[in-house]
Amino acid sequence: MGSNRSGRRQFLKSAALAGLGAGAAGVASAQSGGTQAQPKDTHSHGEPSPLAAPAGRAVTKSITHTTYYTPVGESVGIITPASLHFMQAHSKLPDIDPAKYSLTIHGMVDRPLMLSLDDLKRLPSVSRIRFLECLGNSSPRRHVRDPKPGSTPVTVQYTHGIMSCSEWAGVPMSVLLKEVGVKKEASWLVAEGSDGSKYTYCIPLTKANDDVMVAYMQNGEPLRPENGFPARMFVPGFGANHSVKWLRRIMVVDRPYMTWDQSVHHSVPRADLDNKSRWYGFVWPPKSVITRPSAGQQLPGPGYYEITGLAWSGWGTVRKVEVSVDGGKTWKEAKIQDPVLPKAHTRFNFDWAWNGEETVIQSRCTDDQGEVQPTLAEMNRNWGRSEKDRLEPSNQTFHWNAIQPWKISRDGSIADALFA
Amino acid sequence: MRYSLNFLVPLLILAVPVAGLAQSRTYSNVGRTPTEEEIRSLGIIVGPEGKELPPGRGTAKEGGELFAEQCAACHGKDGQGGLANKLVIGSPGNPHRGPFKDNEGHPIAYWAYATTVWDYINRAMPANKGGSLSPDEVYAVTAFLLYKNGIVQESDVMDAQSLPKVQMPNRNNFVPEVPVWPPNPKKPSWY
Repeated sequence: MGSNRSGRRQFLKSAALAGLGAGAAGVASAQSGGTQAQPKDTHSHGEPSPLAAPAGRAVTKSITHTTYYTPVGESVGIITPASLHFMQAHSKLPDIDPAKYSLTIHGMVDRPLMLSLDDLKRLPSVSRIRFLECLGNSSPRRHVRDPKPGSTPVTVQYTHGIMSCSEWAGVPMSVLLKEVGVKKEASWLVAEGSDGSKYTYCIPLTKANDDVMVAYMQNGEPLRPENGFPARMFVPGFGANHSVKWLRRIMVVDRPYMTWDQSVHHSVPRADLDNKSRWYGFVWPPKSVITRPSAGQQLPGPGYYEITGLAWSGWGTVRKVEVSVDGGKTWKEAKIQDPVLPKAHTRFNFDWAWNGEETVIQSRCTDDQGEVQPTLAEMNRNWGRSEKDRLEPSNQTFHWNAIQPWKISRDGSIADALFA
Repeated sequence: MRYSLNFLVPLLILAVPVAGLAQSRTYSNVGRTPTEEEIRSLGIIVGPEGKELPPGRGTAKEGGELFAEQCAACHGKDGQGGLANKLVIGSPGNPHRGPFKDNEGHPIAYWAYATTVWDYINRAMPANKGGSLSPDEVYAVTAFLLYKNGIVQESDVMDAQSLPKVQMPNRNNFVPEVPVWPPNPKKPSWY
């Protein structure tokens, strides 16, 4: 990201210098048919104002994970621009020529099918505003700053930034499955991407036929390369890993195919299940987070603040969001803003006058199933975690939806208080 | 004449189902039927029964040499972990049977199916050179990791018949036993 942005800045600077030096000549050469390279017209595909200094994505890198975090602390409303949508990759990103792209659907089907990108775009389309959230978002280890120098501080961008919400458009999977004629014995599909690991994940056909799509558009433009260009599977409400990027094939099968990430890394050993591991948990349970004020931000002094945040549930819609400004002693209902869509981020707002004293603020989501977002203590109880485990953030905890407390100090600084 | 007839008969037989296929599509002239060769060229996806496994064979001894050359730099000399995941827990003849902790990575003894080990090495390893190992090499590295985790003997040959029969020590420690959607009856989502 950093190098891209400075590259763009450099480009803008040299374009401006060229313009100053030879404005008239530039116009003349444009009229003569443009044999010389023309400066890029930055208005044909707009770019942010250099003066707006928009927050970019933060990044962490290890040999197995490259992660870019959405700056949710700056968000207003529910839509994440494609340029700021989170991204996580486990291997080399592919660079796909859309003219050579194809999606093959085969396996337990009557009529295997191979589609180009143009073919996909000719089929019936659908668009939906839906959240996408990495299975590891806000998990315990994201509440501890990486000891490496220059690492991302613990802000809401780091704790909760591997989630976004966009309008996704593409072909319903049900259309594709009907077109190939799924055999009676089939019950699951395996989706495979074109990245360096040929990433695979599988979903039951009941879900595939319900609301899954093969998406080729995001927020009105083609998918960005890091988000799966030219096409990806999109699985609403489920952990983002189900939404396989750079989709190259769908194989219809008769059982879960026990793919690596899904059956190994995304399972969680749980004390409450006799130390057996919970796997194939699929859905993101109800969740919310206050995005402003949040860790790393600063309140200049006592007075009025709007507490604002996001709430969502992989099961359906958000019914209610409550906010506590006294460390969880009392809760009051926040205003929920339209639109309230299933499996989508929902914006909530809450008027608050800060008296300048130390306090803890937090939010709690209830979804349309009546399920309530748990506190850390409730979550630990549900999962049978001991006090020791609770205080020892682990590496491999998924589907973590604990209530997120932010502690405000008297000097107006704000810190993560989940494990405090 | 005779052999042109021999050539034509199978073609005529093939033409019937192909015409049938085209007629059953809802959206005419959108996409096409891939050839068997095009589907094969995508490579294999191996499920838990291992029925897609290709011919080939390998042992732990062969796999050990390959592991040292191509895997140890990231996964540690004996698979104890390094830049990349820890792969070994327990020891030859003495598999770790749990409990597994969620902060100790996911060594091979944790995996429910040996076929998943083969499939993942085949498609993704070594990192950024996924797909570069031959079936024999994938069988050999898989055999080595199973041996180091105490799951097979050093001399056991891993191939399309033996690999799916390997009993993984943690196989019955996953909940629910059979993944299902939608959950029935519906339970709280933390379940």
